[in-house]
Amino acid sequence: MFTFSEEHTLYIKQLKKERRIILFGKVFLFIIFLSFWEILAQKEILNTFLYSSPSKILSTIKTLLINGQLGKHIWITTYEVGISFLLSSIGGIFIAFLLWRFEKLAKILDPYITILNSLPKVALGPLIIIWVGADIHSIICMALLISIFTTIISIYTSFISTPMVYLILFKSLHASSIQTFWKLILPYNIENIIAALKVNISMSLVGVIMGELLVSKKGLGYLIMYGSQIFQLDLVITSIFILGVLSYIMYIIIDYVQILLKKKEKYN
Amino acid sequence: MKEILKITHLKKKYQTPTEEILALEDISFSVYPNEFISIIGPSGCGKSTILSILSGLTTPSFGTIELKNKCHLAYMLQEDALLPYKTVLENALLGLELSHNLTKENKDYVIHLLDTYGLGEFLNKYPNSLSGGMKQRCALIRTLALKPDILLLDEATSALDYQSSLAISNDIYNIIKKEGKTAIMVTHDISQAISMSDRIIVLTKRPAIIKEIIPIHLETESTPIENRKSKYFSKYYERIWRDLDVHI
Repeated sequence: MFTFSEEHTLYIKQLKKERRIILFGKVFLFIIFLSFWEILAQKEILNTFLYSSPSKILSTIKTLLINGQLGKHIWITTYEVGISFLLSSIGGIFIAFLLWRFEKLAKILDPYITILNSLPKVALGPLIIIWVGADIHSIICMALLISIFTTIISIYTSFISTPMVYLILFKSLHASSIQTFWKLILPYNIENIIAALKVNISMSLVGVIMGELLVSKKGLGYLIMYGSQIFQLDLVITSIFILGVLSYIMYIIIDYVQILLKKKEKYN
Repeated sequence: MKEILKITHLKKKYQTPTEEILALEDISFSVYPNEFISIIGPSGCGKSTILSILSGLTTPSFGTIELKNKCHLAYMLQEDALLPYKTVLENALLGLELSHNLTKENKDYVIHLLDTYGLGEFLNKYPNSLSGGMKQRCALIRTLALKPDILLLDEATSALDYQSSLAISNDIYNIIKKEGKTAIMVTHDISQAISMSDRIIVLTKRPAIIKEIIPIHLETESTPIENRKSKYFSKYYERIWRDLDVHI
């Protein structure tokens, strides 16, 4: 039977203690923030019409839950983010492959990708609405434009920094470029790809909300816009609160996928 | 005996935007079955270029390479270049996988090689659990898996420390002799070349031509480490040292 030394047990204890403190700190900060907000609202130091309050947020959530609005809006936003994320991930990896495979193409497209990446995409909003139509398509289009260029750039950069020695190995074994891609470039860079996808999912969310603010009749972005138009700021703040929770959940899902992959690759 | 590889008037020019570099001026030599040949020369003289040309990684500017009896070559890199996300067995099978030759028979042959050369218990482990020497052996087996007649070894031990390098030279030598292969090795290490080779080709500095081809007779008939104890060893060493004309 394997036993740890006393020092090691102590060390593990210390580690666990530290983790508990951090978790406690996270929860504590959240509760303190909400309590202060609530107390200030109750004492009427904060104007709840402008700044809302945790209890008002809760009752707004309750109302939205009862009339079935909450599920509908969360679902539509999640759905749009999911579609944009999938499209820009697959598209981004595919375009990165093309750029890796055809070096000349990469050199030709370099300035265009740089410009498109740094262009504030919201400026294209009115054009997208006119060209694509004021519906879910223009929302996904907006999200794609916002997320795909960073995805392409970071995945392509990772592809071309694959160590030369492996490329020489594959060349000396007469591998085709498709073989080199599937058996070397993709698996070798899987960590970087996941890191790029992590950024991608938050960019997709940003794009979807931006699109919803501009055109939509559904979704959390729409709720925010609608709430501000009828000056019901409880609704706006509630939607923002839910949005925060949603983006955290999406981040955790990707994080979990990454941990699963790491577990599979025991070499790490 | 008939040669199995004949190289005549090999010449290689490299083009860069600012200049034209003549790496190899005129190289001709033959290789006979089961021979171990070392190519040695001053650093940067283009000795690795010869292997690159032979393995098809670069094309010569001039000259011919004749391979007799349809024999084929396989190249072993300076570094082990094992893929971290593949197991030892998968790494050893890489060449067969890429050339669509992953038959049961070939796979069994590779497993047999891994077993024979001390990697049997690591088949399903990842390269990070191997020592430097084991990695190099795995890389050699990946090359042997293709059943080449001639092995091209490019500074196969230069990435290792001195003692590992000695041990691996021994391993590589024994495996190559046992499997009955012919080998052409590029090295900068004079002792390594003498201890392993039947003949040593000494190149001049760039643009390289052959300074001389030295047949080695140590009269010890044993492993590279033992060969270093031969009474003729220092005589060869001095001769090559003089040939290389090293200025520091």
